Amino acid sequence: MTGIDWLILLLYFMFVLGIGVALKGRTKTSTDFFLAGRAIPAWVCGLAFLSANLGAQEVIGMGASGAKYGIATSHFYWIGAIPAMVFVGIFMMPFYYGSRARSVPEYLRLRFDEKTRSLNAISFAVMTIFSSGISMYAMAKLIQTLHIFDAPFHSIGISAQCIFHIGILTSAVVVLVYIFLGGITSAIYNEVLQFFLIVAGFLPLTWLGLKNLGGWTGLKARLDPSFTHSWAGMAHASTNRLGVDWFGLVQRAMAAKSMGAARRTPLIGAFPKMLFPFLVIVPGIIAVALPAAPATEISGSVLRTPERGIIPYKIDATTGAPVIDKNGVPQLDYDLAIPSMLLHYFPSGMLGLGITALLASFMSGMAGNVTAFNTVWTYDIYQSYLRPDASDQHYLWMGRAATVFGIALSIGAAYMANRFNNIMDMLQLVFAFVNAPLFATFLLGMFWKRTSGHGAFSGLIAGTAAAVLHHAFTLPRAAGSGIKGGWLAVLHTYPSDMAQNFWTAIWAWSTCFLITIIVSLLTKAPEENKLVGLVYSLTARAKEESLAWYLKPASLAIVVLAGTVLLNFIFW
Amino acid sequence: MWMDIRLPIGILFAILGCILVAYGLIGDHSIYRQSLGININLIWGAGLLVFGLGMFLLGKRGMRPDTQNEPGPAASSPDR
Repeated sequence: MTGIDWLILLLYFMFVLGIGVALKGRTKTSTDFFLAGRAIPAWVCGLAFLSANLGAQEVIGMGASGAKYGIATSHFYWIGAIPAMVFVGIFMMPFYYGSRARSVPEYLRLRFDEKTRSLNAISFAVMTIFSSGISMYAMAKLIQTLHIFDAPFHSIGISAQCIFHIGILTSAVVVLVYIFLGGITSAIYNEVLQFFLIVAGFLPLTWLGLKNLGGWTGLKARLDPSFTHSWAGMAHASTNRLGVDWFGLVQRAMAAKSMGAARRTPLIGAFPKMLFPFLVIVPGIIAVALPAAPATEISGSVLRTPERGIIPYKIDATTGAPVIDKNGVPQLDYDLAIPSMLLHYFPSGMLGLGITALLASFMSGMAGNVTAFNTVWTYDIYQSYLRPDASDQHYLWMGRAATVFGIALSIGAAYMANRFNNIMDMLQLVFAFVNAPLFATFLLGMFWKRTSGHGAFSGLIAGTAAAVLHHAFTLPRAAGSGIKGGWLAVLHTYPSDMAQNFWTAIWAWSTCFLITIIVSLLTKAPEENKLVGLVYSLTARAKEESLAWYLKPASLAIVVLAGTVLLNFIFW
Repeated sequence: MWMDIRLPIGILFAILGCILVAYGLIGDHSIYRQSLGININLIWGAGLLVFGLGMFLLGKRGMRPDTQNEPGPAASSPDR
């Protein structure tokens, strides 16, 4: 990091905080704070939603998975996220936006009952805190591992150890300030800014990397075929990203200014999402394909690299020795795939932009989760159970207070996250427990009017229990039992963490689906007149003949799906 | 009325573009060995500058009161 890199980073921080300050005067009611006054155009919501997901999970996690599993990682997008987004835009959004629910748990209350809502609100609150903490941890760890910010701190006598803590605190304070001031509008504005920054900072990596290796053909020649054919590695990659995407999405779509805009939000988001594998997964693959090179001069890094690729070994934070698995093989630190690429290819100037993009991605991930947390806390927990009849100003105040303690809790989660090898795996773990069953509940709730509140509630509990039990009885290969699974007994061993997570999600989903149906049939059917506008068969179809064809959700959906199928064929 | 988000984005990227272009022109050129001999600061900086100016102009247009209710570019039009 030279002067010019610092200049770019400072400029970014100034803009982020400036947006918060500029929006402070416009945030007067709780609707402004939590739903942006429902006045945001579709394209802004769509990009903001993408960026909220483009946090640690995507940039670091997808780069890491690309390096570990190859292009098969793109299934997160091509068969997971994108069809899910299309489904949400076409089928689900009319109920969400039309019901005027302010959050996912609130929709559950309207459709089912109070207990289903509180269960969801609480698990959702926990989940957002975890996600935000993971982003924070990943950022601080990265700063510490890369030694990019060491020089100025050394000159004032602060040790390298403290940089981890400083990283956590700084990111926490910046996110706190801009959300505290401008609420979700501020978060959405910054997310859109971050989206463009992330593209600007990472796209040249793919370009330079592919040029260096002689294009896609050159890259293929250097690697095992399973890395570059998206369907060849399917034995262990793929999972259920649905839940994660869809939560952040709903809140952003609720901020949209009309039903049409709300339905277009996920569809517009799906376009750039189709191309994300090239932005984050391909650089990860390039990082393993490159010949081993000494760390670049500017990094001042002391990391050792293996024979091939530029990804360094994973170092245990407390002992300073390389981490080895059960068979004594040293583990690569896949989370460093993308950052190593930045340091490898970018000279000063571009490096500043790349590092800024990296930090931006962490902060947008954090901000997305913190805004989700303060909404759910304030509307679904505080207003519903603790203090129902306070003034709007009081809830606005509570939203700001929730931002403060949400971030404080995230800091706690960040220190916990320190124990996991791949950030993605931990996210999958938490989300599989909570989200996979939830998706079954929504599907049944929206399309089967017989689904009852008792059915939904017991299905959710059973699904989560199934996830926990599955995790307790299985283990990925070459891992010791404990936090990775198998803490009751090891009945089955999976080839990788990712396969285990995938099956955890399947078990959770199926259990919830079955139990919800059984219990619904055994309990009283909900009254149909209360379900109007909440269930597909009891809701009038939206009329949209007046829209230009390219604004209609259905035509957007067809284009998105056709593009996805095409990409699947190209990278077969 | 909301502040058009394309304005701050345009300004930030135009400034970033200027910084990178300037550095690519006057800075030490030996650093580009790392980026395969390509002056990435100059090329990418110019790209960002163009993008930033474009966003800024679109944002300006979007803020003009008379265009508020007309269909804007791509998907940004209101449909109420």
